[in-house]
Amino acid sequence: MSTVQLDVTSQAPPASPMRPELASKSSSRATKDLLARVVMWAAFFIAVVPLVWILGSVIIKGGQMLLESQWWTNSQAGITPRRVGGGAAHAIQGTIYMALVTAAMSVPIGVLTAVYLVEYGRGRLARLVSFMVDILTGIPSIVAALFIYALWVSTIGLQRVPFAVTLALVILMIPTVVRSTEEMLKLVPNELREASYALGVPKWKTIMKVVLPTAFSGIITGILLGLARVMGETAPLIILGPYTKVIASDLFGGLMATLPTMINNDRGENLQPAVDRVWAAALTLILLIFVLNLLGRFIGRFSKVKA
Amino acid sequence: MTPTITGRSTVDELPGPDGRSPLSGDRASTGRLGDRVFGGLAKGAGILVVGIVALVGTFLVIQAVPALLNNNVNFLTSREWVPSGTEPRFGILDMFWATTVTSIIAMVIAVPLGVAVALFITQYAPGWLRGPAAATIDLLAAVPSIVYGFWGLTIAGQFFTPVQHALSKVFGWIPVFDDAGFSAKSTLAFAGVILAIMVLPIITAISREVFQQVPTAHKEGALALGATHWEMIRTAVLPFGKPGIISASMLGLGRALGETLAVVILLSGLNSTAGWSWSVFNGGSTFASKIAGGASEFDTPQKTGAYIAAGLVLFVLTFAVNAVARIVIERRKAFSE
Repeated sequence: MSTVQLDVTSQAPPASPMRPELASKSSSRATKDLLARVVMWAAFFIAVVPLVWILGSVIIKGGQMLLESQWWTNSQAGITPRRVGGGAAHAIQGTIYMALVTAAMSVPIGVLTAVYLVEYGRGRLARLVSFMVDILTGIPSIVAALFIYALWVSTIGLQRVPFAVTLALVILMIPTVVRSTEEMLKLVPNELREASYALGVPKWKTIMKVVLPTAFSGIITGILLGLARVMGETAPLIILGPYTKVIASDLFGGLMATLPTMINNDRGENLQPAVDRVWAAALTLILLIFVLNLLGRFIGRFSKVKA
Repeated sequence: MTPTITGRSTVDELPGPDGRSPLSGDRASTGRLGDRVFGGLAKGAGILVVGIVALVGTFLVIQAVPALLNNNVNFLTSREWVPSGTEPRFGILDMFWATTVTSIIAMVIAVPLGVAVALFITQYAPGWLRGPAAATIDLLAAVPSIVYGFWGLTIAGQFFTPVQHALSKVFGWIPVFDDAGFSAKSTLAFAGVILAIMVLPIITAISREVFQQVPTAHKEGALALGATHWEMIRTAVLPFGKPGIISASMLGLGRALGETLAVVILLSGLNSTAGWSWSVFNGGSTFASKIAGGASEFDTPQKTGAYIAAGLVLFVLTFAVNAVARIVIERRKAFSE
């Protein structure tokens, strides 16, 4: 607290014994205080402007189309930019499909890494792993995509397929899962572990039956937030997953559409039907991500451990 | 003691009867098969994470080196980008400039704003507003990059035109604000503004977390000495939160450096007639936007290698920035315990 330098004493006039003058604020200090208060409130409202603006424009321009049932059931097969109609079912399905496959790979790796960091890891290896998780958090999605391209296409010589995209997304999702799971595991009280050990339960069973279940809803929250992050990623899709207008389900062959590539495909069009579909796809993607976010937070409320 | 940052409860920090902390090492393990398998799996996952980062670096280097050896100009100082043909010539100077400028603009806007918003949420907002306010700012992070870009180009961009005109009219004599004749929505400056909105939630979230951990005793001490609310923040909250602000800024910077789609959509490439200038109202390509823009022409190893070399530089940049952020956080831990 050596940094506290207040000019209270210098400002106060000599106190009279009859009426002690208690820390009256000089006008300049009061003004500064008020100014800071105004600036902070203003900063918050400035920060909210773009959010409201983006959501407003996306809903106004894309909302209409989401109310039609064909948006959710049809694909863009046979639809040209000039034509009205068609839906985003192919892209929604592709986005969810890729997200699920990504989760299936990154959740076990992420949760196990977090278990290692919290329950097992001490010393240099643990510090290195923790450091690398931080580095992974900061890897730009385009670099992850280039890496998978260099590995999958340039080195092994395979085609650009949806599975390659999910590999790039796994790299982006792992750190989110590790960090959130780690936070949750650290919140599990040590007494629970010790009680389990005292009953003679081996460490791995303690982790599986006591620690992980206690932190379960918190881990789910982290997974959903991680999914929300990778769903909006577009760079890996541009490098590794070309767009298609039809519904596809083969991860290892051919093309698969996603909402980001659907937006990317038509964003340069000037024809109104295509522009409308871009906005509608943007709204659908935002809705999908928001729903995951909200669901994650909602489940987090039921967590048995609290920060 | 800052339990949530160090991640251990007070109980964890207390030494056990043998003088070691209760959870240290693997002593709770029974050494039987189940324990060894499970512990091994966990360790393997950790090693896999380290391996991924190492592989990313290795593969990028392996793919980039042959292309770099074929290069006919200096990779670091050339402005050309002709990665194909028998005599490829490619350098990253323009990309480095565009990436740096957009990121700096983003930081100049987002750091003060993000810290102010974090202060608002933790120190100024009435209790009922704190949760919703934090959630609202977090929602900004949930908007995908491509939507930011499309929104910026088609809607927000036109409102930046008067700003750019005013700036280049008043400060046009400084080369940085010179009007390069570009449409306002496709300049480095506007891309920087959009990036600022995108990194704002990151900076706010981390600063907020640190500000929440300022010990109440520090704050009450300042107030008891007669400090106004702002003086309390300046003397107790900000000094305590400084390392947190720095690392939050670095993480935000890392994000801004590698942000792809928003920049791809907004920035237009350099004008072939006017070319490069010092102006922030000029066009350009960042590392990420150049690579994404070239994705369709990854046909020869030479060409792909050139783009991968650019990606390698971006990887090294973000690695360095994130490593610094991490080190700052580590030092903070050491101080606060």
